[in-house]
Amino acid sequence: MNFLKKIGAVISAAILTLSLAACANTENSSGASGGSESGSFRTIDEIKAEGRITIGVFSDKMPFGYVDNSGDYQGYDVYFARRIAQDLNVELELVPVEAASRVEFLQTAKVDIILANFTVTEERSRQVDFALPYMKVALGVVSPDSAVISSADELNGKTLIVVKGTTAETYFTENYPDVKLQKYDEYNEAYSALQDGRGDAFSTDNTEVLAWAMSNPGFTVGVESLGSIDAIAPAVTKGNTELLDWLNEEIKALGEEQFFHADYDATLAAVYGDTVDKDNLVVEGGEM
Amino acid sequence: MRGIEVLFLGNNMLRLLSGLWVTVRLALISIGFSLVLGSALGAVMTLKNPVVKVLTRVYLEIIRIMPQLVFLFIVFFGVTKLTGANLSGEVSAVIVFTLWGTAEVGDLVRSAFGAIPKHQFESGASLGLSKLRLYLYVIFPQALRGLLPNIINLSMRMIMTTALVSLIGVTEVLKVGKQIIDANRFDYPNAAIWVYAAIFLLYFLICFPLSLISRRLAKRRADK
Repeated sequence: MNFLKKIGAVISAAILTLSLAACANTENSSGASGGSESGSFRTIDEIKAEGRITIGVFSDKMPFGYVDNSGDYQGYDVYFARRIAQDLNVELELVPVEAASRVEFLQTAKVDIILANFTVTEERSRQVDFALPYMKVALGVVSPDSAVISSADELNGKTLIVVKGTTAETYFTENYPDVKLQKYDEYNEAYSALQDGRGDAFSTDNTEVLAWAMSNPGFTVGVESLGSIDAIAPAVTKGNTELLDWLNEEIKALGEEQFFHADYDATLAAVYGDTVDKDNLVVEGGEM
Repeated sequence: MRGIEVLFLGNNMLRLLSGLWVTVRLALISIGFSLVLGSALGAVMTLKNPVVKVLTRVYLEIIRIMPQLVFLFIVFFGVTKLTGANLSGEVSAVIVFTLWGTAEVGDLVRSAFGAIPKHQFESGASLGLSKLRLYLYVIFPQALRGLLPNIINLSMRMIMTTALVSLIGVTEVLKVGKQIIDANRFDYPNAAIWVYAAIFLLYFLICFPLSLISRRLAKRRADK
């Protein structure tokens, strides 16, 4: 009897939970398709009237958005965020966000802009509005100084280390069938394999290999940009066209003074080095 | 030992401590509200009314089934989506932990009163105590003694669960730790173990005294 009661309680609780989840879902999809009716985002006039803009950044993703030992926000994204606030002539409020909740923060208008190393994808474009890109990511190939691989064609017949499930694995399987792939589950396994000489080179996102080569002398990134290029762009709440247009104009204007190259020198150079061709990572004026 | 110096760079120690304060403050406020609301809920739950029984039961089960993280997301993002009201991360966290704590405290209070033998009520009444005095001098002290260790236990669980609030933009002690590790990951690749050790110590310093009190109370109760 007691047992039956318990089951009843569990079932009714489950139904309630499900209906709540369903509510949240429908809300989600309507917001994504319509967008403009949400109306809770702030226009530029409202931002200026309040004298403050809120921008969502990472707080633990060095060198894009992180908090330094003095407790201040730093990084490539933060540098840009400061400039946006300066040009709007408002105060800047930085909100720490996680990769998983970036879309939600915009959909509920809890921040005006997300500047958190946000890669433009088709699925995300349905949920938020992306401005022009200010950075890009592609594949990179790192190899020992003694036998530097400086183009993807040099890899034919050689052994390339990749991590399972990464874009590097798919790219080389499809485009370079003559490259022998050695696959690992974890990044640290792949890096030790490269250090032990079990393969001729290692390929993954260029930001990743550049940072690694920088802190591991004896290795060079011979190929800095390869494969399809992903754009990284600021995002605003779906339908906030006014702020979106302003951002696009801002990015174009900043291109004239080579702002993002300065941003690179101030934030990324320490991690990726000065010898890197900055144009493989930095996007000026929104032109990829 | 390389990496331990990260803890003393810049304001890091102070940041960890203020992160700890965020954790403790959230837990204290939530447990405070939970005690008040939970006692009321517990009193209601002792009623024999079947409707009340079903309603409180459903509430309790929902809270227990739903992972706290989902619950945080529903309150922080869901409420804004449905009503447009913009709750801050901390307010959302207090709401979620209070709803959770209220359910748990309510159930504890109900069972604490239920555990008091019927003859205690009867002998109190036969001594000529008024209803108020009966509860004040006979029932409450006994119920409270059984309740306290469980409440302390719940508080400790709450302190540890607050680590989830970093997902809704509240920077508590664990998040500060992650920020410190990440900001120094090139200069001090081994910092992680020391930062986590420091956080472990901070949690320990908060929770161990509570655990001691709880154990002592439980023992005193067993001795009687």
